[in-house]
Amino acid sequence: MATLVKRNHWVIRLTHWVNVVAIVIMAGSGMRIFNAHPAFARPGEHFPLNPWEGRPIPEWLTFGGWLAGARHWHFAMMWLLVANGLVYLAFLFFHGEWRDIVPRRGDARDAWEMLKFYLFVRRDHPAQAKHNALQKSAYFAMPILGVIIVLSGLAIWKPLTLGFITRLFVNYKWARFVHFVAMALLLLLALVHVFMVFAVDPYSLRAIVTGWYDRARSPEARNARPFYHLFGPAREVPAEREVPPV
Amino acid sequence: MSMDRRRFITISAASLSGALLAACNANPDRAQKLLALAERGNRRVEEGLFRHTAMNHVSPSAPIAGASFPKYRISKTVPIWDTAARGVWRLEVSGAVRRPLALTLDDLMKLPRITQKVDHFCVEGWNARATWSGVRVSDLARAAQATDDAHYVDFTSFDDDYHESWDMASAMHPQTLVAYGMDGYLLTPAHGAPARLHSPVKLGYKNTKYLTKVVFMPKQNGGYWSDQGYEWYGGT
Repeated sequence: MATLVKRNHWVIRLTHWVNVVAIVIMAGSGMRIFNAHPAFARPGEHFPLNPWEGRPIPEWLTFGGWLAGARHWHFAMMWLLVANGLVYLAFLFFHGEWRDIVPRRGDARDAWEMLKFYLFVRRDHPAQAKHNALQKSAYFAMPILGVIIVLSGLAIWKPLTLGFITRLFVNYKWARFVHFVAMALLLLLALVHVFMVFAVDPYSLRAIVTGWYDRARSPEARNARPFYHLFGPAREVPAEREVPPV
Repeated sequence: MSMDRRRFITISAASLSGALLAACNANPDRAQKLLALAERGNRRVEEGLFRHTAMNHVSPSAPIAGASFPKYRISKTVPIWDTAARGVWRLEVSGAVRRPLALTLDDLMKLPRITQKVDHFCVEGWNARATWSGVRVSDLARAAQATDDAHYVDFTSFDDDYHESWDMASAMHPQTLVAYGMDGYLLTPAHGAPARLHSPVKLGYKNTKYLTKVVFMPKQNGGYWSDQGYEWYGGT
């Protein structure tokens, strides 16, 4: 059992799961709000950047029931999302975990190697620290999208009292567009993230619930690609590869 | 030790998600209470952020919506003031005032006129620009000598029972008008003739069209959409 390591601090685990609840409700209610006028142009105007202009999001993906209900959920849950995000970012900053996700020189090359491995161009799993280079870039992009979502959200919530934020995004219409596109990108990253958990590293589920992770079953130890060597035998990996838990 | 911790966390996670699910579905009353609490908190935040110096800026070259400015009403047909049945249209300014007024359209047009190109923010998520001409609600309050009891203002219409009440600060914002002109012409019935409330500081549904009364009040009395579940504050 020497390969068992504490991988995720309880603050990381807690903020992760609060985030799941907050983002699901924010995205669902946000899409219900969008459906009240599922277009970026006002009635009678043209908006060239949205090929599905005027087409609503399927009802089953939305939350809140009707426009007013969804608005109440959205404007209540936004505080949880922001508070949780601030706790997460502050913890990352003061506790040093930012090192796990902030890109470094060489990450682009490592990401390319990971891609080659996933596409069967390369045989062996590239060496990695806590996350591989593709994961790192995704986990780094998420809080950045979060900041864009919060700022553009403030811009359309208070276009008069916080008009200076609205003007950062040119105007109300573009702020709403940015808010929507950033949400869509964040959901896409989250979907890929969940897919990869089940397709490549189901053992990481334990690490995000209890914190414990068996290094002998890491994707690197199993040489695992999506759906390949999913439950491979435990193997020894050099101890120095894992960043020691802080 | 690790098992204990694991069980503890599993149980906490299960009860947390259980509580959340209960809040969302099984017990909507509790969820409604939570949402009402958030709405009250948000209203305080919004009132705290509100400044009379924060204005809606629209560039002079920005195009107006013109004929495509959306129209909306509550009645089945476009409300048109029936002078034969109801007499000459007058705007009543009353309530917590020392000098109640009953202004005809001519009286209104003799008061200081403001013409402004501003946004109209709809709760649905679109905005449309128009040039509005009219009288500041703050000028009406001054003319009627609103008293210290005037903390809220109700704006009533002849579009069925439509009305919406506002906080005093938003009503006194320099861009809050009783408008009788739009894009250089007198208001048409589709846009709330003979006069309507218009301001970029509140969402569209707070801006009563087909205006008949401006009543200053010590307490707010809800509104057509506010009573159906939309935020009462509805500020931008």
